[in-house]
Amino acid sequence: MSIASDTIMEKSGYRLHVVRTDKYKTNTLVLKMKAPLTKEKVTYRALVPYVLQSNTSKYPTTPELRSYLDELYGAGFYVDVAKKGEYQIVSFTIDIVNEKFLSDSTPLLEKAFGLLSEVIFHPKKNGEAFDPKTVTNEIRSLKQRLQSISDDKMRYSATRLVEEMCKTEPYALEASGNLEDLKTITPESLFTYYQKMLAEDEIDLYVIGDINESEVEALADKYVTLKARVPVRLPRNTDKEVEKEKEVIENSDVKQGKLNIGYRTHIAYGDPDYYALQLFNGIFGGFSHSKLFINVREKASLAYYAASRLESHKGLLMVMAGIENANYKQALEIIHAQMNEMKQGNFSEAELEQTKAVVRNQLLETIDVSRGLVEILYHNVISGQNISLDDWFAETERTTKEEIVAVGQKIQLDTIYFLTEAGVQE
Amino acid sequence: MEKIAFTQLKEELFHEKMDNGLEVYILPKAGFNKSFATFTTNYGSVDNHFKPLNETEFSKVPDGIAHFLEHKLFEKEDGDVFQQFSKQGASANAFTSFTRTAYLFSSTSDFNKNLTTLIDFVQDPYFSEKTVEKEKGIIGQEINMYDDNSDWRLYFGTIANMYHHHPVKIDIAGTVASIADITKDMLYECYNTFYHPSNMLLFVVGPVDVEGTMKLIRDNQADKGYSEQPEVERKFADEPHTVSKKKEILKMNVQTPKVMLGIKAIDVHQSGLQLLKRELSTNIYLEMLFGKSSPLHEELYGEGLIDQSFSYDYTQEQGFGFALIGGDSAKPEELTESLFSILQKSKTGFGLNEEGLQRTIKKKIGSFLRSLNSPEYIANQFTRYAFNDMNLFDVVSVLEQLTIEDIRKVAGDLIVDERMTVCQVLPK
Repeated sequence: MSIASDTIMEKSGYRLHVVRTDKYKTNTLVLKMKAPLTKEKVTYRALVPYVLQSNTSKYPTTPELRSYLDELYGAGFYVDVAKKGEYQIVSFTIDIVNEKFLSDSTPLLEKAFGLLSEVIFHPKKNGEAFDPKTVTNEIRSLKQRLQSISDDKMRYSATRLVEEMCKTEPYALEASGNLEDLKTITPESLFTYYQKMLAEDEIDLYVIGDINESEVEALADKYVTLKARVPVRLPRNTDKEVEKEKEVIENSDVKQGKLNIGYRTHIAYGDPDYYALQLFNGIFGGFSHSKLFINVREKASLAYYAASRLESHKGLLMVMAGIENANYKQALEIIHAQMNEMKQGNFSEAELEQTKAVVRNQLLETIDVSRGLVEILYHNVISGQNISLDDWFAETERTTKEEIVAVGQKIQLDTIYFLTEAGVQE
Repeated sequence: MEKIAFTQLKEELFHEKMDNGLEVYILPKAGFNKSFATFTTNYGSVDNHFKPLNETEFSKVPDGIAHFLEHKLFEKEDGDVFQQFSKQGASANAFTSFTRTAYLFSSTSDFNKNLTTLIDFVQDPYFSEKTVEKEKGIIGQEINMYDDNSDWRLYFGTIANMYHHHPVKIDIAGTVASIADITKDMLYECYNTFYHPSNMLLFVVGPVDVEGTMKLIRDNQADKGYSEQPEVERKFADEPHTVSKKKEILKMNVQTPKVMLGIKAIDVHQSGLQLLKRELSTNIYLEMLFGKSSPLHEELYGEGLIDQSFSYDYTQEQGFGFALIGGDSAKPEELTESLFSILQKSKTGFGLNEEGLQRTIKKKIGSFLRSLNSPEYIANQFTRYAFNDMNLFDVVSVLEQLTIEDIRKVAGDLIVDERMTVCQVLPK
């Protein structure tokens, strides 16, 4: 029996994914719209979902739309913009109670489809433009969100590392857009671009819950109609060689220095050695038994957090640690030493087994949450692969120490970024 | 073992009180991969003044010690417990709140082994001078991290404005200076006082065998020979009804200003259904005024006074309670004035009508059901409720009984000038 899988149906203009499970009290719809990350359109795509989320032609104000959601037993409705590899992905999620837990038996799943359709296909319009007042409000709100990124120093330093490291690549763009472009967007230009998204984006609709496949298909056919398209697929862009390592030190008024380090792995989701890379990251800095946690935090007592994570579709490995400003050199030395240990294969079979168990555990936990399950399944869409969760588990299980050491040979240090108080780092 | 069935919710909860006083709850969840267990003591950052076990005099301990103890409990003579959990494929964690310290793990295999590890490590303290000193560096960095976080500073700034004496105003982790005073003997004293099974609750949720799990816990506890221990005596200074400070401005390295309004609650020695009703009705009151379906929210948003970061919440525990309302704002002064004026007007029923109430109740019932998808939510909230003599599964029935008079009464009782304060974070 497979652990969790989606039944995929090709529809005109989109793919319908259905996952049947009775473990949730809600049913979840997630619509994902994907296109390449570009400098020209990044801010448009960041703004569109928030405008759509505000109102529709049937519910022309936010209170009217939100009151309707409340009436549907507080249906959750969220939008999100993210980047995966060099794609920018806009998501709309509706999470609605399964009526079998209510004394009232209104067919809520159909209502959810109706609402999604209303939001996507019937926005509040003014001729061939979005409602100007809504656009003004959302531009202001996005502007404030963009400004507040730098107020969260942990997030800011992670963003800055990527900017410095990927200067010449689309990946450097912030998925939430930028302030300059925001000045030039009008209700007309945004609406025109949205029509293009509807016509050209690669679109996937996930439906998860205690549901019936044929019923879901009928609802999808009734509520979601799109024109056929051939989505843009980007060439692989994970192989940039590092010419020279960069070190960027930026001064700011911070009590705690933020150290972020980026490596290129030249391996992406879907590659045969991706499973080994995931284990490499786990032993190096992914978990609380990892080399970074033990050596930077537990032994040297230098940090509260010292960890690493992967950008699976871009092939990057990122380290982050919060340290005393004066401990920069020492922390860096310890981190470099751990990377060397990894490359030389100085880790035990026991550490490897432990990491496999934790990776497996983490995956199983992620798919216990419907939105987590969608994220896992969506890896296949981004990478154009068809890897089942069972494959994922089996491949992880059979990965050997030699394969992990081989991954280490591909990893190159690219950029070190340190956000610190002026003049104190040693 | 007692079985409590929640027919409409299709859930069954099993309960047993062990001979040593430990409360155990098991909620089986078929279909899930993950099992989750929390082992929680009724001891948090506010419990800094108490009679230590076997002592007759009250004693006061350094700020941040409950949290420090939480960190140190993971370390044993032969290494740290994180390692053992991860060898067993589990991930472990812990947190300290104002009133609780919880230890937890989640795993998708070897559940019995992991559960035993959880219970045993919490019930087997090992503190040495050397490891206590080392931890000061790590926690020092945790404190610095929060010091750079403007949202955290705003949150504690607002609470500190409200309280004159109550230790809820003190940061949970303490300060770099206060933790410097902590010794291994103090940790043992706190441990022995608060970590007796009779002051603790164990909650298990997941695809588990109920009988087998209960037996494992019974056997584990029977072997340890705990003797009876009286309830811990804690002491809190009298707290005036008024706020300590009407306004505070923190200058930080931020681009967007932040505003938070705090409203201090009185009559905060409630428990059981009374507390549950207070909490739910106050949260509904805030939701009706400030939720996204309210015209007031639309107005504030349209005027550019708030953005998506705007939020509101009411919490109450033994001895303290407050409402917090705020978020990022380009116009902090205007937002402050608008919020005060909306709250004042609500005393006359403004924004609080029957239709809005029914809609909000429906919304709350839906979000409660949604949160039952999450084993973490169930375990954490159930424990919090149980320590306050409330039952998590009463939420829906209490919500259904709320009337518009209840909500108007909240407005009348809560909104009093001298119990309101504001904190702002402004760019340097």
